[in-house]
Amino acid sequence: MAELDQRPSAKVDHSEQQSDYIIEMLNITKIFPGIKANDNVTLQLRRGEIHALLGENGAGKSTLMSVLFGLYQPEEGCIKKNGQIVKINSPNDANDLNIGMVHQHFKLVECFSVLDNIILGVEPNTAGFLQKEEARKKVLALSEKYGLQVDPDALIEDISVGMQQRTEILKMLYRDNEILIFDEPTAVLTPQEIKELMHIMKNLAAEGKSILFISHKLAEIMEVADRCSVLRKGKYIGTVNTADVTVQELSSMMVGRPVQLEVEKAPAKPVEVVLDVSGITVKAKTHKGNAVTDVSFQVRRGEIVCLAGIEGNGQTQFVYALTGLDDMTAGKITLCGEDITRASIRKRACRMSHIPEDRHKHGLVLEYSVEQNMVLQRYWQPEFQKAGFIKFAPVRAYSDRLIEKFDIRSGQGSITQTRSMSGGNQQKVIVAREMDKEHDLLVAVQPTRGLDIGAIEFIHAEIVKERDAGKAVLLVSLELEEVMSLSDRILVMYEGEIVGEFDPKKVTVEELGLYMAGAKRDTPSAKEGKQ
Amino acid sequence: MNKNAVSPLMMRAKAAGSSVLSSLVCILMGLVLGYLFLLLLNAEHAWDDGLLPIIKGGFKSFGNEALEATGAHMKPLGMEIAEAAPLIMTGLSVAFAFKTGLFNIGAAGQYVLGAFGGLYCALVLQLPWWVCLLAASLCGALWGAIPGILKAYLNVNEVITCIMLNWIGLYGANTLMYQGGNSPMYFLKQAKTYTVASKSPSSLIPSKIFGWDLTKTFNYSAMTIAIFLAIIVAIAIYVILEKTTFGYELKACGHNKNAAKYAGINDKRNIILSMVIAGALAGFGAGLFFLAGVEQYNPQESTALPGQGFNGISVALLASLNPIGCIFSGVFISHLSVGGNAMKQSTFPKEIADAVSGIIVYLCAFSILFKGFFRKLFGSKLFRKKEGGAKK
Ligand SMILES: Nc1ncnc2c1ncn2[C@@H]1O[C@H](COP(=O)(O)OP(=O)(O)OP(=O)(O)O)[C@@H](O)[C@H]1O
Ligand SMILES: [Mg+2]
Repeated sequence: MAELDQRPSAKVDHSEQQSDYIIEMLNITKIFPGIKANDNVTLQLRRGEIHALLGENGAGKSTLMSVLFGLYQPEEGCIKKNGQIVKINSPNDANDLNIGMVHQHFKLVECFSVLDNIILGVEPNTAGFLQKEEARKKVLALSEKYGLQVDPDALIEDISVGMQQRTEILKMLYRDNEILIFDEPTAVLTPQEIKELMHIMKNLAAEGKSILFISHKLAEIMEVADRCSVLRKGKYIGTVNTADVTVQELSSMMVGRPVQLEVEKAPAKPVEVVLDVSGITVKAKTHKGNAVTDVSFQVRRGEIVCLAGIEGNGQTQFVYALTGLDDMTAGKITLCGEDITRASIRKRACRMSHIPEDRHKHGLVLEYSVEQNMVLQRYWQPEFQKAGFIKFAPVRAYSDRLIEKFDIRSGQGSITQTRSMSGGNQQKVIVAREMDKEHDLLVAVQPTRGLDIGAIEFIHAEIVKERDAGKAVLLVSLELEEVMSLSDRILVMYEGEIVGEFDPKKVTVEELGLYMAGAKRDTPSAKEGKQ
Repeated sequence: MNKNAVSPLMMRAKAAGSSVLSSLVCILMGLVLGYLFLLLLNAEHAWDDGLLPIIKGGFKSFGNEALEATGAHMKPLGMEIAEAAPLIMTGLSVAFAFKTGLFNIGAAGQYVLGAFGGLYCALVLQLPWWVCLLAASLCGALWGAIPGILKAYLNVNEVITCIMLNWIGLYGANTLMYQGGNSPMYFLKQAKTYTVASKSPSSLIPSKIFGWDLTKTFNYSAMTIAIFLAIIVAIAIYVILEKTTFGYELKACGHNKNAAKYAGINDKRNIILSMVIAGALAGFGAGLFFLAGVEQYNPQESTALPGQGFNGISVALLASLNPIGCIFSGVFISHLSVGGNAMKQSTFPKEIADAVSGIIVYLCAFSILFKGFFRKLFGSKLFRKKEGGAKK
């Protein structure tokens, strides 16, 4: 095993002088039914650099990386490593060339432990018998060295997204990969975890690893990347040094027009109460105590209330209880004056739209086409069915309309299988469905996760429009920027409790941070006083 | 944009094309492998007495002038068709449950229960054929409901309960039909159940349709309209799955339980309903077999689960879980088994004949593996042609 691993790296040393670039993808064209995902794209990665890849949703970033990782075979173009043409037919080939990838949607075995996932495929063995101790030592050493905290024995299904991602990174390091591909690693992380990741990536680069990094967050790119290549609708636009450009320049390079990075909105004019929750308490699944304790607040028509907090402080469980996905132990929920504490999910959905946190778990049936997903909450309504038979023409027309309105890009429009779409466009399908559906309350959990800045601008504007049209919006977001710019009122959640309520115009990010970290909290009486 | 590059019709044709192609490749592979097996055993007779009868299946007597003169050459074909009907049904049963994400390995048990229900109504109660068929379906449905309920409410894996229920069902039904020889359904002299024809002719599935007498055409008394009933049910299942909100819900549950829940779909209800329907389909299949009088039930010899149950899995997989496809794959598997029976009568012992048709049947189940491969191959070719013609 060990000898095998040595071979490719030895080759690297020989050809060190031959080429400036460790990886070159030249004139890559990748075609999917109905779309050229990559159209004559060239990407050159220098040794030891962090190279960002920027582009709108569906621009072809993930596709390009999958080509490099051997998941797709390009129709045209070639890949060179150290100046020599290589053929990458499968991820195994990629691994032999020391290329590793953390996918946009992780590829871990849920019911395996962290350690098992890391060694999967390269299990150390003697005569077929697993030698896990050896592996554990190596993993722990790597984890120590790069500050990648993981619990090797925890099951994947029990750990946070952040730790899952660290597992994926360890997986690459365990295989001694030198070219590391990160496909939107920060989309699912908390700001703290993002900071850590940036740090880790810089360390890795300093060690001589070469990193390809996809992100929609321009600030991150400016911070860590040395260079940035931009794709637009499958075509290569150009490569720039991040030191030489501004955020504005980058964004217009990517979208082809200047983007409004700030949300424009008039002051809120809240009217009557739409959502009233009181005393919501939810038992925790992972420990003995409560995940959510005695949460009470109201959301009125015409305002955007944001539930802010660090991930894992009960927001998810609260939303599950609110939308009926999970049970709660105590509390009362009133929607538009009607007690829905015990109502079915379908009943709640009549007046409540829900953009779920996890698009693959709850939001979409990936095997279904776009149009089938578009009516996931509405297929039973008379508009789309008659006597139990689906009315296909209205479904198609409806889906086509939403695709147009929300600029959802895919190979074949309404009949595209959702699984084949780019991550951001999958998210847009959910957002479109939930925002267009009749509702009084919109519960939006990380609604812009994985979207490009143009799409974020559009979705934010739509949410503000909702508010101005007299809807109530409950936004759950981990991103302080989004929280500050979009909300009219901020509730901070810490360890399952609401520890403070703020007006975004009167509070600083630092102050919010203190509350979110649990360093500061309003006493219950003070909370009462404010309401 | 590029929206119209591939029309929906073409997409569908492509998908169907790759399914059919992969099934055909599997069949071919199975035949080759089966032939190799025969060559190893007895090279001299491998073709004439081995593979050839299998390939000929129900058509084995075609070309035999003596038989053609009397019309008897049609009989094997009649048998093939009569035996295809229950296979189509068990195939549908498995395919339907699969679409909901359930593996109905219990089709065999549901089939046995269906046989009991149908025969009881025929031999003891002497009810009209369609009532007997309904009873067969009901018994199968009941047997399917149990794993469904256990899965929905207690999260017990349906595969385990199905396997246990298979044996409970088999021995339960055997006991009821035998009762130490005292069962009113049991004919001691023949050591089998009474023939339906002798006890209650009105319980036999009719063999005349629009004045066309199938028994005459096929020269086979058990040739009934069963095959048409199976085809009608297959079409109905197709419509349910593809055109109704119920099918939409079932498939959503099968693909992603969490998303189904999020959409307000009652997944527990759907799991149970899906198993009930799957069970009813298998039970109906048993009705089509025994109420046509293809065979009498032999409660004492039936210590193995009926082959129709497990062959249903092959039928479903060979059809890529497509209900319409089940019609063709059901007929094909029946073709093999009739061919296998013919082979038994010659050089090869019964076990070898079964093993060879078994090899072919099981390879058929691999068709799903090849489907993805052909779709890829198909997809890229089709697209490139399009792209070349309509360069922007
Ligand atoms: N397996 C596939 N089959 C068919 N089409 C695909 C497949 N994978 C990607 N596509 C299409 O190729 C285009 C590019 O997708 P890709 O995932 O590369 O986008 P992306 O740049 O990563 O976008 P995002 O930022 O949303 O993740 C999309 O229009 C998508 O629909
Ligand atoms: Mg992507």
